[in-house]
Formats: sequence, C-alpha cells, structure tokens
Amino acid sequence: MSKKVSRVSEWIFWRLPVDKVWKEHLSEYFAPKNFNFWYYFGSLALLILVIQLVTGVVLTMFYKPDAALAFDSVEYIMRDVNWGWLIRYMHSTGASAFFIVVYLHMFRGLLYGSFKKPRELVWIFGMLIYLCLMAESFMGYLLPWGQMSYWAAQVIISLFGAIPYFGEDLAQWIRGDYVISDATLNRFFAFHVIAVPLALIALIYLHVVALHKVGSNNPEGVEIKDNKDSDGVPVDGIPFHPYYTVKDILGVGVFLLVFSVILFYMPEMGGFFLERENFIPADTMTTPEHIVPVWYFTPFYAILRAVPYKVGGVLALGCAVLILFLLPWLDRSNIKSIRYRSKAFKYALSLFVISFIVLGYLGTQPATPVAVIFARIFTVIYFGFFLLMPFYTRNEKATGEIPEHLTCDPPLDEVIREKHWPDAKRKFLEYSVMKEVKTESGKVYKIPVLNFDALLTRVKERFSSTGNKSQK
Amino acid sequence: MKKLIGLMMLLAASLAFASSGVELDSPNIDLEDTASLKRGGELFATYCQGCHSAKHMRYSRIASDLGLSEEVVKKDLIVGPKTIHDSMTTAMDSKESAAWFLGIRPPDLSLIARSRGTDWLYSYLRSFYIDPSRPFGVNNTVYPDVAMPNVLWELQGHQKAVFRTEGGSKVFAGFEHEGSGRMTPGQFDRAMADLVNFLDYVGEPSKLQRIALGKYVILFLLLFVFVAYLLKKEYWKDIH
Amino acid sequence: MSDDAVDTGRRRVLTVATSVVGAIGAGFVAVPFLSAMQPSARTRAAGAPVEIDISKLEDGQLIRVEWRGKPVWILRRSQQALADLPTLDGSLSDPESIESLQPEGATNLLRSIKPDIFVALGVCTHLGCSPTYRPEVAPADLGSKWKGGFFCACHGSRFDLAGRVYKGVPAPTNLQIPPHRYVGDHRIIVGEESNKEIG
Repeated sequence: MSKKVSRVSEWIFWRLPVDKVWKEHLSEYFAPKNFNFWYYFGSLALLILVIQLVTGVVLTMFYKPDAALAFDSVEYIMRDVNWGWLIRYMHSTGASAFFIVVYLHMFRGLLYGSFKKPRELVWIFGMLIYLCLMAESFMGYLLPWGQMSYWAAQVIISLFGAIPYFGEDLAQWIRGDYVISDATLNRFFAFHVIAVPLALIALIYLHVVALHKVGSNNPEGVEIKDNKDSDGVPVDGIPFHPYYTVKDILGVGVFLLVFSVILFYMPEMGGFFLERENFIPADTMTTPEHIVPVWYFTPFYAILRAVPYKVGGVLALGCAVLILFLLPWLDRSNIKSIRYRSKAFKYALSLFVISFIVLGYLGTQPATPVAVIFARIFTVIYFGFFLLMPFYTRNEKATGEIPEHLTCDPPLDEVIREKHWPDAKRKFLEYSVMKEVKTESGKVYKIPVLNFDALLTRVKERFSSTGNKSQK
Repeated sequence: MKKLIGLMMLLAASLAFASSGVELDSPNIDLEDTASLKRGGELFATYCQGCHSAKHMRYSRIASDLGLSEEVVKKDLIVGPKTIHDSMTTAMDSKESAAWFLGIRPPDLSLIARSRGTDWLYSYLRSFYIDPSRPFGVNNTVYPDVAMPNVLWELQGHQKAVFRTEGGSKVFAGFEHEGSGRMTPGQFDRAMADLVNFLDYVGEPSKLQRIALGKYVILFLLLFVFVAYLLKKEYWKDIH
Repeated sequence: MSDDAVDTGRRRVLTVATSVVGAIGAGFVAVPFLSAMQPSARTRAAGAPVEIDISKLEDGQLIRVEWRGKPVWILRRSQQALADLPTLDGSLSDPESIESLQPEGATNLLRSIKPDIFVALGVCTHLGCSPTYRPEVAPADLGSKWKGGFFCACHGSRFDLAGRVYKGVPAPTNLQIPPHRYVGDHRIIVGEESNKEIG
C-alpha cells in the first residue's frame, strides 16, 4: 500500500515540484526560534482571506448586483437562504477581522523593524496588499446598498473630484454615472468579486516569496541567515514545519474562538462592523444625519476632515496612506528591534499608535469644532512620526548590547535565575537540616544547613543508577 | 504623558457633551417569549400593516419559529387573501400611501428594529402627544414632526406634552395622560413592549438560532484549542 | 534543547487527535455551505402546492399549471379514450407502471385517482423536454395505430393518454404522476399526497 502511494507521489513529483515547494517553504524553511505573540497575525491574515473567498463565493450565488434588487437580496440571504445568515455574518465579521489582523501585522513590522533592509520589498508588497484590501473592502461595502453604503461611497468617490484638472472626470469615470448608481454598483461588484481578489492573491504570493528569500525577522532583530552551521542551516532557526505549523494551528484555534464570539453574539459589534444606517435601503434623496466610513478607514477620514480645504484634505488623506511606503528609507537607524531602540524612537512610536487610535475614534464622531482641533493635533503627530523620523533615528544609539545570534531567548542568565534558581533552592533544602542560630541581640533564626550525609547517599545512588543504565 | 491623558479626557468630555436628544426608555422584552411575540404580531397585523409592510418576513417562518399552526397564523396574523407562504406585505399601494402621508411613503418595517433600535421604537410608540398644528393633530417627542398619525390612540388614549422653558428654549418635561384609551398605561406599555419584541424578531429572525448555535461552536473550539495546545507544547519541548 | 528523548508515540497521538478534531470541525463548517445551495425558503414557498379548479374542464381538454416551475397537465379523458387504453398494452414498455413513478392513489392501470381525470408531470423522462399533447386519432405523422397521447418532439418519445411510454423510443419510463389530492369534487391540489393533512 505505502509502496503504491510512494510510486504515485514519485510520478507526480517528477512532473510537479510539490515536494520541493513543501521543503522550501515549510519543512526546510528555517524561521527564527523566538517568534512571539506578534508573529501569529501573518498566518491569521491568510486564514481570513480563505474565509472571505469561501463565504464570498456562496454569497455571490444569491446576491444581485442591481440597485433595485441588491438590498433585498442581502435580506434574502439573511432570511431565506439556508444558513445564509451565518455565511453573511462570517463575511461581514471577516472583513473587519481582516483589518484588525492586518493592522496588528503591520504594527509588528514597526515594532521589530521588519520593513528594514533586506526586507524593503516585503514591506512594499505588504503595503500594496493593504491598498488592495482597502479597495476590496470599500467596494464590498457598497454592495449591501444600504444608506451608509451609498453615502460613504458617494463621499469617498467625490474625493477623487478634488484632484485638479481631471478630478471630476475621473470621479465620473469611476462611477459611470453622475452619482453613485446602478452602474457603479455593478462594476464595484465585478471588481470586488474577481479583479481585486486576483490582485490580492498575486501580491500575497509575492509577499511570501520575497519574505522567504531573505528570511523572517524576529523580536531580537537578528539575521539568522548570517550564522549557519556546516550544513548551511541557520543555527538559530527551526524548520517552519512542524514547529510553526503547530504553533499557528493553536493561533488559528484561539482566533476562531474570538471570531466566533463576535460572530454569534455581537455580529454588529455595536454598529462598528454593521452600521445601523445600513439597514435602511439606499435613498438617493436623503443623506443620513451622521455618515462615517467603516471603522478601519476612520483614522484617514479624520485626517481628511482635519484639513479645512478640499484639495488639502484629500492630499493629506492620500499622503497618510502612501507615506507608509517610504518607511524603509525614512528610518535611518540600523537597529531593528524595539528592544534595543532609543527612547526617542519608543516615544515616537507610542505617540504614533496613540494618534492612529485617537484619529480612528475621531473619525467615527461628528466633526464638532473641538473634535476638529484634536484631529489637527493628532494629524500633526501622525505625520511627525514619519517626517521627523530621519532626524530622530539618525545616529541612534542602541539601549543595550544587540545580540548577534539567539543563543538563548530570553537571555541565559535570566533563564537560570527564573527557571533554575527555585529548583536549586528546593534541592538545597532537600539535603539540609534546619538549625537554630542565635544572634548577638538574642534573636533566634532557623537556617538550613547542608546535610552532607544525605547528599553523599544521594550522589552514591545516582552513580550506581547511571551505572546500571550503561550496563543495559 | 500626563498632559496627553489630560487632553484625552477633555476630548472625551467634549464629545460626550455633544450627543443630545431625548432620553429613551428600554422595553422589557425577551425573544424567547413566544406568547409576547404572538401578541406583538397581532398588534402589528391590526394596527401597523394597514400602511406598513414587513416584506421580508414570511408567515410560514413565523409559524415555525413561534410554534404556531397554520390555522392560528391564518386566523390571527394574516390579513387579506394571503397564504402561509406569502410575506407580510401591506394592502396599501405605496404610491397612494405616499399621497396620504405628506408625500412620505410608510417605510417597510422588516429592519426597523435594526436601524432604529428597540429602545427608540418603544419610546417612539409611546410618545405621541396632541398638537393641533400638525396635519394629523399629533406630534411626537422622539421623532418631532413625524408624518405618521397616532394609530394607537384608541388603546392609549390621548396624551398632552408638558413643556417648560429653560434658558429661553423649550424643554420637554413629561406627558399628561387623559385616560381615554381602552388600556391602562401599564397595559399599554406591555402591549408596546410586545410589539417592539415582535419587530425585533422580524428584524433578525435567525437571532435565536444564532445565539443557540454559538454555544456549541465555542465549546467545540475550546476542545480544539486544548488539543492544539498540547500538540504545540509537545513539539516545542525540543526548543525550550 | 532538552535531553529527554522525543516521545514519538505521544506526538503521533496528539497529531492525530488535532487532525481528527480539525477534520470534524471542517465537516461541521461544510454543512452550512453545502446546504446553502439547497432550495431556499423562497424557492420552497414558490414550490408550494397549487390548487386548481377543474369544474369547467371538458372531455379531451388539457390544462397546464405550473408547480415547482414544471408544467403539470390536467386532462379529462373521454370514455372512448379510457376504453382504448387497455388495447395498447402490447406496444408499451411498462404497461403496468412497475418501473415508473406515481403516488399511491394513482397506482392503477389508468394511472389516476379518478378514472377520467389524468394528472401528470409534463416532463419527458428521457431528457426533460415537455411533450406535446396529440389527442387526434391516427394522424399522418404518428401513424394509423395512434389512439391519442403525448409526443416529445425533442427525441421522438411517445406516450399514451395514461402517460405510458411506447416501446422502441428513447424515454425509459412512463411520465411521472405528481403527488396530488382532491378537495371536494372539482378542486385538485397538486403537490400534496392524498393522505396528508392540511398544514
């Protein structure tokens, strides 16, 4: 039986390099052994992509990309299609989960300098994936054809109109009409269902290939490929399969647990994943009082609103996204991991994260004068992080000795102190007897004193037992 | 850092202050209370469906979800010549109804509980008051100048709104009940809670199934995570 | 690395356990996706039983009604036609409808609940075309032995007025009789078995 199987696999592998790919990218792809929590999100993003593709295919079977039918067809899925509600909620929750995971994945890159030489292309492909994801979710968001879908699309497409000279024509070309209409819905459906997903898959492929060429970064920022043993295997690396496959399977389980809690108990996520306004069919005549984009766009939306004139706002919004592409060259420091970076960088990164979250929050709120002032402050901080980066990272001094390889992670002395010290203490007490000691002031303490007899017996036993073992 | 936290608090305070509007009451409702859903459905059929549809809701689904027989659904919930396989459409032609109600078409109510929320609905239905300046003689504190007449007045009776002036602007102070309806205020509140419960059910009929299924999925995933954890630990012995 | 030898047995058990639990989970996940492709509630509602009034149906008249999107024929057969049916048995491939599909009440030689009222699914058992009703006796194109029946123009299958298939044509079995029952004398419900209660 197994002989037959191996002959079949041989037949296939001679024609198709399945085994080679498996070796190169899994069983003999050596990843640093010190990946931590932050390194789960890449594989989770891939999982969500699969969820979105599979649920998307089923939704496409029932959804009607027609302005007169779209809204009702979504309700048809939610009510009449067997399990349609589950599949639709998986897709809508998956969209938000995608962005959560991707943002965490990108933050990991900032934290450990994964965008730096030699991984600039990995970062660029990652950014292109992020852009595609934005386009994908934006166009997907129009499809339910609710009030929020419609008006958010109207506002965002109008942004293109701000571009001088040809902006208005461009916006009209994108819409295929003077306003968002059936024509827009139909083409967004085409892009959402086939064009952008294909681009996404191609970019993800390039992202992974580029990563596996240079190897993975890690929380210590050590290049494990610089330190190989005589077989050419990185000393600090472990094969991705089985070690990181089993680890990622655990990560998938935990992720699905969180995902299910949201899916089954709060699919609307308080209006962040599915907005209330979107349960009203699109009405081209009335705009809802308070329109906001979905939560994952709100930081950029807040930046848009922070600038008081149209062209400037659109420019700021575009730059806020595009400036991320330049990160590998804005950062002048060679230090990768946050563990060894200067205080200046740590502060800058913290401020950046705070500004991103605050801007995200402000984007969901009405643009009151106070909110706009805050949005301006945090927009300045957001851009400051990038534009001042060449200055605060130049001549950066490491805050500790940067390791050249991962002999032990966490450092050996820490392991000994934390892991083995209690053990040694217990052993010591085991072979000790308690003796009372009187101090000069008359206080009496009980201290353990080593009992040499007990220790000796134990050592003798140990020797005789190892002797037995070797005889066997 | 402290300055930053101070700024944030200021920001939060300013935004909290910005949100305004009337206070909403919460109805005491339970989707598992099928008797309440049935009463709400009857109220909907009697008082709402003349003008409003719930076109995404199928009678047969109500029958199976609420455990009602076809006869009962036909007798108590179906208005007009419809079968159990039909959905809750309205008898009124939508163009005609738009002409009636100040040019505003009575909206479909399939998803009203999801777009407005149950608190809003519960408060809105109980907040009509006499206002002779309006075409139908009533106004609403939750939805000022609404185009809908108070169809429930025969149950609730009429009520007057009391306003007081505070700093130059009119502030709503409370209702004065006339007691001319068939129901006591307590009964009316219960009836409206039933109606809102029904609308909540109509908004997402699969909600109960969703919540029921969630438990099993999560228990199963806990098992998976447990086994996967053991597997990971076993392999990672080599490295740690 | 620790000095303990690798416990391959435990590894194998845990790998199998994780795979099995994962596979069971994948199986559960597959259920909603596969069942989503089954007819939806709307389709099922549209395919609900239909009620037809046959009080005005005359001898030899055939009416077509739609049930589950398929044509259902209701035909009132004349006394002559009923008398002709047994004479055809020799030229039919399944005269007693043993291989064919019909509800319990219509499992008889005339293939109907009431002798004169014939209800059948107007879908050829060959490849799904809808045959034409040819009531005339001995027309030029169908030959002198034709006593009236149904002819499928797609691939030339022939059926008699009880929907029984002739020998030597591509259709394998007699026309299917859909479940139906009578409400009073003049109303038929197609799509419900005779013994089934309302609701």
